[in-house]
Amino acid sequence: MIQATDLTRSFKTKAGLVEAVRGLSLQVEEGELVAFLGPNGAGKSTSVRMLTTLLPITSGSATVGGFDVARDPVGVRRTIGYVGQGTGSGPYHRVRDELVTQGRAYRMGDAEARRRADELLGVLELEGLADRNCATLSGGQKRRLDIALGLMHTPKILFLDEPSTGLDPHSRANLWEHVIKLRRQTGMTIFLTTHYLDEADTMAERVMIMDHGKMIADDVPEKLKADLAGDQVSLGLVSESDAITAAESAMNLPTVRDVTQTDRRLTFTIQNGETLMPEFIRQLHQKGLEVATANVVRPTLDDVFLSLTGRSLRESSLAVQKTEQVAHIERYTSEVSS
Amino acid sequence: MNFVQDTLVSFRREIGPTLRSWYYILFGIIQPLLYLGLFVPLLTSVPMGGEGHPLQWFVPGMIVMLVLFTTVSCGWALTEELMSGSFERFLATPMSRPAMLIGRALKELAPLLAQALIVIGLAAPFGLVLHPVTMLFGLLLLLVFGVGVAALSYALAIASKHDGGLFYMVSHSVALPLMLLGGVLLPMDMAPGWLYTASRFNPLTYLVEAERALFLGELYSATVLNGVIVAFLVAGVGLLVGAMTIRRATL
Repeated sequence: MIQATDLTRSFKTKAGLVEAVRGLSLQVEEGELVAFLGPNGAGKSTSVRMLTTLLPITSGSATVGGFDVARDPVGVRRTIGYVGQGTGSGPYHRVRDELVTQGRAYRMGDAEARRRADELLGVLELEGLADRNCATLSGGQKRRLDIALGLMHTPKILFLDEPSTGLDPHSRANLWEHVIKLRRQTGMTIFLTTHYLDEADTMAERVMIMDHGKMIADDVPEKLKADLAGDQVSLGLVSESDAITAAESAMNLPTVRDVTQTDRRLTFTIQNGETLMPEFIRQLHQKGLEVATANVVRPTLDDVFLSLTGRSLRESSLAVQKTEQVAHIERYTSEVSS
Repeated sequence: MNFVQDTLVSFRREIGPTLRSWYYILFGIIQPLLYLGLFVPLLTSVPMGGEGHPLQWFVPGMIVMLVLFTTVSCGWALTEELMSGSFERFLATPMSRPAMLIGRALKELAPLLAQALIVIGLAAPFGLVLHPVTMLFGLLLLLVFGVGVAALSYALAIASKHDGGLFYMVSHSVALPLMLLGGVLLPMDMAPGWLYTASRFNPLTYLVEAERALFLGELYSATVLNGVIVAFLVAGVGLLVGAMTIRRATL
């Protein structure tokens, strides 16, 4: 459904040429739910804006739904739904009017657009708001309306650019319920960008991690975590000498990394820590070593990002945001919401 | 066909909130009355160029001025939608870009058309001689011209990104000299030689002269033809620049 080869985009700024996306290649199959994860300024939005024909590509090529983004942008636009970072609805327009206008923009007939608008108002729980001005909606309601707008023409592919940024936890959860439900009903391909780790982790079936305009990882979250981060295991022994002996045994475990022993505490990183742990403790017991405490911490996608880049996603979000805002390269959520 | 439909869709979306606000409509009706009531009494005591009643000379100039200033600043309304993301929402649809611009421009021009008709109707009993066919033709010509100026204004709004101050400065520093040099409010025949020469390089001058001719009932003349050429030239260039700016925009 989505295919990109060596996509690049550079911007001219006062500070010189900035390469926002540097050689992005990706493939998304029909019906997949894929998340672009990365700090602000990693090039996620720029990539999505190129795939949705909103931004001309500097070099490379991409097809979306079988249409070339550069040669047949109208074909792409007909196939996709796009929910941008900002608020799609106009503040002085009424909710239902905006939906009908959107349908008409996709060349739907008037009656068809009205029928579909009413249907989506129901699906996204906006019924009571149909005749209200969009400016009077809450943040969560506006976002649900944005999604309804993106779905008016029943697209095969839906792009969601930072769909839940700026929403409170309750509205975020509610928004996701709707997206998941819609996907189950329609089976459409969903491509989203997010800088929320937990969102990518729980919602996406496949995560592509972007950093500095490049894709640095692309896999199912579970596999990324197992391969690139591993479980953090921490054991408490009864004496320091026991801990030293246990550390020697731990060295022989498959896939083990970063074995450290301080005082009576032994820590290491390992894949499938939860299943290996009971067996390892039994082994230690047979050698006459007593384990007093045991703890396994499952990795997060932040650990994955940390192991790939040496930086935490949370910290780099802030740092990159600051520098790139100065450069005025892209439009950022912080600017929109401020 | 799609082009016409897209234009209508865009127009209908934009005009909706205007038609729903009674104070906008009320102000829209009062505004031309102010021009007529507060300015025209002065005219009768000043010697104007051209033939006929001073109103015959003043009304078309005033309408050109209204069109110019409204369309020059209509990019301002787009700035808000550029920042919020609702313009981007339309760019992601298959809608024709020039049609989007024309629909938006017509939304600004429709109330002006209504105002112009009110002014003409009210000025008639005070001495404006009506030439319905040529006057309507003149108004249509202004719509064409207005679409072009509006498209340029939208292009400027997109190019100046989110800097509203820059947009205001540039748009007004272009519109003001154009208007003054176009002889919109005072006849250029009264100007010193250098100013008169400068005015001949201003495309607006020819449009204003064509409008005055049309308001006097003239149709088949070089003056009118020049105005038609200027109006369509501005519309063509405006839409071309507008569509190109949208395509290249990084937003």
